[in-house]
Amino acid sequence: MTEKCLCEPNEIIIFSCAGSSNVGQIANQAAIKLAQSGVGRYFCLAGIGGHVSGMIESTKAGKMLIAIDGCPVACAKKTLEHAGFLVQEHVQTADLLGVEKDHQFNLDVADVGRVSDHVASLVSRRKGI
Amino acid sequence: MKIEVLGMGCANCNKLYRNALDAVKMSGKEIEVTKVEDIKKIMSYGVLSTPALVIDGVVKVAGKVPKAEDIKEWIKQQGGNAA
Repeated sequence: MTEKCLCEPNEIIIFSCAGSSNVGQIANQAAIKLAQSGVGRYFCLAGIGGHVSGMIESTKAGKMLIAIDGCPVACAKKTLEHAGFLVQEHVQTADLLGVEKDHQFNLDVADVGRVSDHVASLVSRRKGI
Repeated sequence: MKIEVLGMGCANCNKLYRNALDAVKMSGKEIEVTKVEDIKKIMSYGVLSTPALVIDGVVKVAGKVPKAEDIKEWIKQQGGNAA
């Protein structure tokens, strides 16, 4: 599949938890869903942690940064802040859904939808839609 | 020193290329400036917003068009060879 031109502004950039738990994977899947539905662009959190210059500079061009974390450890938010970025919206899937963190990776697809709907509503509110 | 302008040929990409050439001229240094339009090569730098400017393999800016003066300053910091 061909990649579209990268010259369109990435106004809303989404980062998610690395996903080594059920709630982290929900965060990841929600970020993918949001990217596929055009709410924002899904960027690589590891690139920020690794100080990859291209990722850092591309993120600086964003207008709104969203971090979707799985649990209260909040690695996505902390990684972005550690690199000097201000996170405008932070969502934590375990809290939002009332789901307990485990490492069995058995996800409920409906939970992914609930998280992506919640983030989409936060974006709409900020945009005044 | 090597400067690369990453972009798929849009107006801003061309503007950045011109600014980079102007910056090199102002610096009085002998520096190669190349356009990179292949998206796979662009993405190999981790760049997700273009245009972007790369000096000696380090992305200095992405998704914006810096002024020639700013580019000249980066060249100075990087210490390009005098012509």
